[in-house]
Amino acid sequence: MAVKVIIPTPLRQFAGKQESVNLEAGTVGDALNALTSQFGDLRKHLYSDDGRLRSFVNVYVNDEDIRYLQKEKTAVQQGDTISIVPSIAGGAKA
Amino acid sequence: MLILKQSLFEQIQAHGARDYPNECCGALLGNDGGTDRTVFGLVPLANQRDDSPRNRFEITSDDVRLAEKEASAKGWELIGWYHSHPDSPARPSEFDREHAWPWYSYIIFRVEHGEPQEMRSWRLDDNRVSYAEEGIEYIAGAPA
Repeated sequence: MAVKVIIPTPLRQFAGKQESVNLEAGTVGDALNALTSQFGDLRKHLYSDDGRLRSFVNVYVNDEDIRYLQKEKTAVQQGDTISIVPSIAGGAKA
Repeated sequence: MLILKQSLFEQIQAHGARDYPNECCGALLGNDGGTDRTVFGLVPLANQRDDSPRNRFEITSDDVRLAEKEASAKGWELIGWYHSHPDSPARPSEFDREHAWPWYSYIIFRVEHGEPQEMRSWRLDDNRVSYAEEGIEYIAGAPA
């Protein structure tokens, strides 16, 4: 399925300065794998060392958070938009 | 260099003082000029870490989208974030580093016993290993 992946501003420098990338994928996980295969420098910002999506990386299919769907196994349809949206976290030393 | 109007600097400080002993947080809206960035406005936000607000902050993806919409509506960009460190130094912690995004400017300021102290701005390097400090230039003027 042809889908569009929206790249958040802080990561566009690693995706050829593009705001979005068109990809072929069957699931969200497939799309993110295709994205990071094409743009390898994105991987460390999206995934932690154990291969999981970082907790502050939020992924939506159209307007639905994949955490409430099938997570990275969420199927995508032709023309879907996958958005990567940051949440922001931090804090002083414990 | 991060260029910050005195009035916005005072608003950030006031937010930190108001929320002390908890961490405050908010968005920086402005323009990325390549070498320098200019902050034109702020979006003060609620710290979603109800469980540990004294040393942790979180801004949800919904609030990030809200800040992006506010920036876009004014023809600006969402260029970074500010948060306070109550009774702690104005530099990124390991927790800050683990959760940071590249590209954004991160203003961190110390609030000591309720009184705002030093304010510094930081940017995560592309390899997520360390931060580079960017100077803050204060200029006179009211918010845009």
